[in-house]
Amino acid sequence: MSRLLLPRRTTLLAGGASFLGASLPRLGHAQEAPRRGGVLVAQTFSDLRILNPAIRTSFAIHVYTSKMVEPLVDLAPDGSPAPRLAVSWESTPDGKTITFGLRRGVQWHDGKPFTSADVAFCAMEMWKKYQNFGTQLHRNLTAVDTPDDHTAVFRYAVPMPLGLLLRAAAELCQVVPKHVYEGTDILKNPANTAPIGTGPFKFVSYVPGQHVIMERNPNYWMEGLPYLDRVVIRAIPDAPAAVAAFESGDVLLSVYSSFPRTDYVRLAKDPRFRISTKGNEGNPLFNTIGFNTRRAELADVRVRRAFIHAIDLNLYARSFDHGFSKRAQGPWPTDSAFFMPGVPDYPYDPKKAEALFDEAGLKRGDAGPGIRFKGRIMPNTSEGIRALATFIQQSMQKVGVRLEMQVMDSPGYMKKVNTEWDFEVCTDTGTYRGDPAIGSTIWYRSGIPPGTPWANQFGWKSEEYDRLSDEAAIELDPAKRKALYNRLAIIANTEIPVLMALEQNMVSAVNVKVRNDHNMPRWPASSWHDTWLAT
Amino acid sequence: MIHRLVWLAVRRLAASLPCVAIIFVVLFFMLQLAPGDAVDALLAQMGTSDDSLAATLRDQYGLGSSQSVRLLAYIVRLVHFDLGMSVQYGQPVLDVILSRLPTTLVLMTSALLIAFSMGSVVGIVAARRVNRWPDTLISTLGLVFYATPSFWIGLMGILLFSVKLSLLPSGGFNDVSANYTGLRAVIDVAAHLVLPVTTLALIYFAIYLRIMRASMLEVMTLDFIRTARAKGARETRVLVRHALRNALLPLVTVLGLQVGAMLGGAVVIEGIFSLPGIGRLALDAVVGRDLNMLLGIVVMSSMLVVIVNFVVDLLYARLDPRILADG
Repeated sequence: MSRLLLPRRTTLLAGGASFLGASLPRLGHAQEAPRRGGVLVAQTFSDLRILNPAIRTSFAIHVYTSKMVEPLVDLAPDGSPAPRLAVSWESTPDGKTITFGLRRGVQWHDGKPFTSADVAFCAMEMWKKYQNFGTQLHRNLTAVDTPDDHTAVFRYAVPMPLGLLLRAAAELCQVVPKHVYEGTDILKNPANTAPIGTGPFKFVSYVPGQHVIMERNPNYWMEGLPYLDRVVIRAIPDAPAAVAAFESGDVLLSVYSSFPRTDYVRLAKDPRFRISTKGNEGNPLFNTIGFNTRRAELADVRVRRAFIHAIDLNLYARSFDHGFSKRAQGPWPTDSAFFMPGVPDYPYDPKKAEALFDEAGLKRGDAGPGIRFKGRIMPNTSEGIRALATFIQQSMQKVGVRLEMQVMDSPGYMKKVNTEWDFEVCTDTGTYRGDPAIGSTIWYRSGIPPGTPWANQFGWKSEEYDRLSDEAAIELDPAKRKALYNRLAIIANTEIPVLMALEQNMVSAVNVKVRNDHNMPRWPASSWHDTWLAT
Repeated sequence: MIHRLVWLAVRRLAASLPCVAIIFVVLFFMLQLAPGDAVDALLAQMGTSDDSLAATLRDQYGLGSSQSVRLLAYIVRLVHFDLGMSVQYGQPVLDVILSRLPTTLVLMTSALLIAFSMGSVVGIVAARRVNRWPDTLISTLGLVFYATPSFWIGLMGILLFSVKLSLLPSGGFNDVSANYTGLRAVIDVAAHLVLPVTTLALIYFAIYLRIMRASMLEVMTLDFIRTARAKGARETRVLVRHALRNALLPLVTVLGLQVGAMLGGAVVIEGIFSLPGIGRLALDAVVGRDLNMLLGIVVMSSMLVVIVNFVVDLLYARLDPRILADG
C-alpha cells in the first residue's frame, strides 16, 4: 500500500477546498484523509518511574508504555480480542494448553527479530514472577514451549479459560525483548526506564516527574503507520495546572479523569474540546463503601444494609458527581459481559434504614444523645472519594450514626485500612479489568495473606463464595462461567461486606485537532498507531 | 584577610553540623511515625491486590530490618558521602537530586535577585517620598502582594497570560513538543520561567520593599547623613554612598534567613507550574515514604542554606568592615 500523505499536499488540498467555497461548502469529517506528522502531547496525573509493563502494571503505566511495548492481544472496537503480536490462539479441550501463533517479520526497536523465545522469557521470568496481577493470572503456568520461532505454547496445571487469558492479555501479556533482560537483575535493568519494544513509537527520553518522549518507529510492522512523528506524555499531578495546560493548547489530550468534574462541565461547552468517556469502556471504576465486619455492630448484615438504605447514591451521582457516575447494580459493571440484572440492591429509604438499625439493636441514644453508633470513615486519597465520604458522613448523621472522617495519604491509608484493618467504614476505588477473575473476586475472597491490599480487608468470610470463585476462575464453558459469576454477584450483594456503590467510566478531554482517537475500549492505554493530528 | 575568611568559614560549618545532625535524626524518626512505608506507597500507586509482591519488594529495598539498624546504616553511608538508592526512582538519590537541583536554583536565584533589586529600588523611592502618594501607592501594593497567596497569583497568571492571551506557556521547564537547540532553547526556558519567577519574586519583593523603606528612613535620620549633607554632598551621593550601604545590612540579613523559607515556597510554585525541581521532589518523597530521598534532600538543602548564609556573612564584611574586624 502506498501513501502520499505529505503535510504540504494536505494543506494544498485544504486550500483548494476553501477556494471552491460556495459550491463545496465543507468537506465532511468522513472524507478527511489522515495527515502524517505532528507531535501529540498528552497529560496524565502520575509519573510511573518504572516503564516496563512486563513487571509493573497499572492503568497509568500503559498510557506511557503501550506506544512502545505491545501485548500479545489487544481489544477491537467492539471489545473482542484483536491480534497484535499474536495472530492466532487456540485452546485444547481440557483448557490446559493454549497455543499462540505469533506475527512474523516483527523487529524490536534495536533491530533484532521478535520471536517466541521473547514471549516464553517474559511469561516465565517476568509476568509469573514479578508482574502485579500477572503473578496471580499465571500462578499455574508451568511452562511455555517454543516449537518454532513463531509459536508459543502456554501450559497450565489447571484449566485456563481462553476468554479470561485473552482479555487479561491486553494489559498483562506485554512483551519485552529477552536479549535485553536475560542474565541481568530484571528489577534493576536500565531498560526498565528506557523501554525497548516492538510498538509504533520508539523511546527517546524520560525525565522523571516531567515527561516521556517517543518518536515514530520507521520499521513498524503496520506499514505506513504511525501517523504521528512524536508522542509526548507529560505527568502533571496538579489538577489546576493540568487544566491550564490543556486549555492553553500546550497539551492536546488529558486522560483518566485528571481534571475536577466542574472543569469537565465547563470545558464541554467549548467547541475547541471534546469531553467524553468514550474509549474508556474497557476500564470502568467503582466507588466502594466497605465495612469492617470484625466490629460486632458491623458484623450484622442488617446494619450494613441499613447504611446503604440511608445513602442517596442517585442524588450523589447526579449532583455531586455531575452525572459522571451512576448507581452500580452489583459487583460487575452494567456494560460488562458478566453483568446480569436482578442483583440485590438497597434503595434510598432512610425510614427503612432506621427500622433496620432498631431491629439490629442499635437504638438512638446508645452511643450518646440521639446517636446509635459511632465510628470512623476513611476515604482513600482521591478527591472524588473524599467527597463521597463527606456525603456518607452527612447522610448517616441523619439516621443517628456519627462517623468521624480520617483522611490520610496513600501509604497511610494502605497501612491503616489494608494492613492493620483499623477502620469502621472505608470508601475506595475499585477497578474492573474486563474479567472478574482479574482483581475483582479478590475483593471478597477470604484466606488471602494479611497485608494484601484490596483483598477483603473487610474480614468477611463465605465458604460458598470462596469455593464458587475458585470454580469460576477455571470454568471453560463461557455460559457456565457467566452463571457462576452471577451467583457470586448475588452472594456479594446479599451480604455486602463492601458495596460497589457507583460505577463510572474514566473521562478524557481531547482537543478537536486530535483525530481517530478513542476508537477502542481502552484507548488511552493503547498504541495510538492510527491516531493523527489535524492542522 | 584570607586567613580570617577561612577561619570564619570553618567556624560557620562547625556550628551548622550539629544542627544538620539533629534535623536528620528527628526527620528519620518523624518519618517512621507516618503510617505506611515506601512499599505501601508503591502498591497504592499500582492499585493491585497481589499477595506476594509486597514481601518481594520489602526484601528488595531492605525495609525489613529494624529502625535503629536502618538509621545506623544510613549514617554510616552518609559519612562515606553515599546518599543511597531511591525506592521510588530506583536510581541513586544523588543523581536524582542533581538532575532536579538546577531548576530550583535557577528559579530561586532569579526570584531572589529580582525581588532584592526591585525591592531595594522601590523601597528607596518610597522612603524618599514618605507619606506622599508614591509611598502610599507602593506600600499598599506591597501589602497586597504580601497578603495574596502565591498559588493564587500563579494560577491567575496562568489564566491570564497563557489561557486567555496565549503569550506565555502554562507550565513545565521547556517546550517538550519542539526540539530547540542553542539560543532558541535558552529563550524557550526563559519564557517558561517568566511566570513562576515573577510569582515567587512578588512575595519577597514586598518584604524587601518594606524592610528597605523602614531601614532607609531610619538611616536618613542618623548623624553621619547630616554630616554628609553639611559637607556639601549632593542628595544622590548621600543616598547611594552614605545611606544605602548602611540600609542594606538588615536586607542582607533577611535575604540569608529567607533562603530556607524560599525552598518551601518553591514547593508550591513548582507544583502549580509543573516544574521538575527539588520542591516537588521533596513532596513526592514524603507521599512515597522515600526516606533516602527525603534525607538526601534535607542534607542538600541544609548545605545550601549554610553556604548562602556564609556568603551573606562575607557580604556583611564587605558592606561593613567593622564586622570582620571585631570577629
